[in-house]
Amino acid sequence: MTAPTVPSQPSPFEYAPAPESRSIVDIAPSYGLFIDGEFVDGTGESFKTVNPATEEVLTEVASGSDADVDRAVRAARRAFEKTWGPMRPADRGKYLFRIARLLQERAREFAVLESLDNGKPIRESRDVDVPLAAAHFFYYAGWADKLDHVGLGTRPRPLGVAGQVIPWNFPLLMLAWKVAPALAAGNTVVLKPAETTPLTALLFAEVCRQADLPAGVVNIVTGAGETGRAVVEHDDVDKVAFTGSTDVGRSIARAVAGTRKKLTLELGGKAANIVFDDAPIDQAVEGIVQGIFFNQGHVCCAGSRLLVQESIHDEVIASLQRRIGTLRVGDPLDKNTDIGAINSAEQLARIRELSDIGEAEGAQRWQPACELPDRGFWYPPTIFTDVSPAHRIARDEIFGPVLSVLTFRTPDEAVAKANNTTYGLSAGIWSEKGSRILKIADQLRAGVVWANTFNKFDPTSPFGGYKQSGYGREGGRHGLAAYLEGAEQ
Amino acid sequence: MIGNDRLAVRKTYKLYVNGAFPRSESGRTYEVTDAKGHFLANAARASRKDARDAVVAARGAFAKWSGATAYNRGQVLYRVAEVMEGRHAQFCEEVAAGEGLSASKARAAVDAAIDRWVWYAGWTDKLGAVLGGANPVAGPYFDFSTPEPTGVVAVLAPQQSSLLGLVSVLAPVLATGNTAVVVTSKDRPLPAVTLAEVLATSDVPGGVVNLLTGDAEELGTWLAEHADVDGIDLTGAPLNRAMEFEREAAGTIKRVVRPPATEPDWTADPGLTRMTPFLETKTVWHPIGL
Repeated sequence: MTAPTVPSQPSPFEYAPAPESRSIVDIAPSYGLFIDGEFVDGTGESFKTVNPATEEVLTEVASGSDADVDRAVRAARRAFEKTWGPMRPADRGKYLFRIARLLQERAREFAVLESLDNGKPIRESRDVDVPLAAAHFFYYAGWADKLDHVGLGTRPRPLGVAGQVIPWNFPLLMLAWKVAPALAAGNTVVLKPAETTPLTALLFAEVCRQADLPAGVVNIVTGAGETGRAVVEHDDVDKVAFTGSTDVGRSIARAVAGTRKKLTLELGGKAANIVFDDAPIDQAVEGIVQGIFFNQGHVCCAGSRLLVQESIHDEVIASLQRRIGTLRVGDPLDKNTDIGAINSAEQLARIRELSDIGEAEGAQRWQPACELPDRGFWYPPTIFTDVSPAHRIARDEIFGPVLSVLTFRTPDEAVAKANNTTYGLSAGIWSEKGSRILKIADQLRAGVVWANTFNKFDPTSPFGGYKQSGYGREGGRHGLAAYLEGAEQ
Repeated sequence: MIGNDRLAVRKTYKLYVNGAFPRSESGRTYEVTDAKGHFLANAARASRKDARDAVVAARGAFAKWSGATAYNRGQVLYRVAEVMEGRHAQFCEEVAAGEGLSASKARAAVDAAIDRWVWYAGWTDKLGAVLGGANPVAGPYFDFSTPEPTGVVAVLAPQQSSLLGLVSVLAPVLATGNTAVVVTSKDRPLPAVTLAEVLATSDVPGGVVNLLTGDAEELGTWLAEHADVDGIDLTGAPLNRAMEFEREAAGTIKRVVRPPATEPDWTADPGLTRMTPFLETKTVWHPIGL
């Protein structure tokens, strides 16, 4: 690593390790695919999933071939036609309530497993990912017998079999965002978890069994991109839902062109986090940190472009550096950890590459003095100043703990710079002036705007992008409508 | 009174771009005939450059139109219906000739087209309540969602229903605050040009609607791949090209309305189905506290 690490203040506190025990999870030596209510061997070559914090191999996971995906889709179709589709809506809801409760009961287990497989701090998997996943099931469970009130006329119809492909940044939570509304609407699903983070989805399969969910309603087919492609392109899939990169989203949109398949895409982002000179600086700095360093910056809606009003630039940056100097980077299972491991060697390489490009293009890199573990994939929290809107680090999604700082003088300039991106997923506004917040929020072309807060999520709250950040919404009534067809259509 | 021996002054049918009526920059025209094959007019055959100019105009008009109050947009759309009513007879004549309809059927189509504007005019200030609202999040935050227009929408208008079909696909795009680049029915473009004259005199700001007469098969490609088009309605696309257009649209993640296998019954109540595809949902969070 080439970064000139500027020494920050001596750490005011020393923290003793406070590791969460991993004994609560029981990882099998290998896993099959979950199809038609059973774990079965895959016919593809199996692959290893590693703990990104240690590079330790956690287990071997089956890779779904075209034939496996076909088997899963057929199971989902049967379940749609024979059990889940004809079932009383209230009973579908009750199954989802059961799943929500089971997730809560086994929350610690899910949190530890998620942190092991993904590298995110236990504080986040425990306090954000898992509770929100349970909340999504609880929320959509209640919708199952109220579909007449979604706004699509009476008796809207489920679409059928949903093929869902999810990313590695919030493995269980993205599963919940996809599976809960699909099932509540009466669809059955074939879900492909991310290659590097399959384990909580496989544990979720066990939850489905504990809930006595009928066979074939949820099928989980692990694998890499080819497995995902097989799910998306299968002829008997009626709905495709994808969360991931804009490039893959494009290719999926091409693949479903000319078919009957309905599509929702939740893709990349390059959110502007706008700080006006009347903002409460300390709160804004917390929000900036939360915006870009939450989940190592592996967040599509991360506040990766800080737009700070010129008059307070130096003050904000000094305060931000001071705050970043106190962030603890390291063992994801340590309850004190703020920033965990980068999810994979591949992602780490991308973060390094884009950061190096940032420096080569003339931006100034700042990183705190921060010791990184010898093994595993790590990247320190990083700020780039003197960033111009043309720089790659101001345009490309880095998907890591790297913040690009730009400045503005007037509100109009802030809006113009914020909207100067092909993305439009999220944005942040920091100001004490209510009328200004509402005006700027109105002008931003982004699907989620956090004012005086950042990276907040809730099952009742629609989430999704403008422009090349995708289409369709997840969460709320809107998220349900994406899995239904109105009688009028 | 006009004597029977008076030679009629015929209209030159041109494009409608950015509030003006230019000829195609390509100089191309094509012959438009009535349903029986008799000559009606030479319509402008829009080119790629015309399509691109139209997108620039639509983009330029977007901020003002999307920023207008819903009440104002509703009144403008209602004004379109008012001005259309005054040209009722002309529309009937053009629709009857182009579509080969009886006078009574043409009248019914024109009536329905005018009424459709009225229907959508009434929607502009209801969508926010019907499609948005406050979200009861589990925390001390005020969280609300509002529908917002997608941006510049390309519309390949139906090939058969030259006026009612056109209004049925255009009005929802405008009611939701988008701006439009429309490719009219290729063989039956004349009611669309007359509609352009109505739009030009109905307080619809220039550039909000741009109407291109010509071939959807040719123009569809340019619009589907255009990076400054946010959504595309393929209703009038030739079925053998629709998949290709959808693939091209994927390049910039455009919102796409796929073409139906056959042209729908345009007299049916469209519900929200033609508005929601070109609406985004914006969700805003703010903490609640002292």
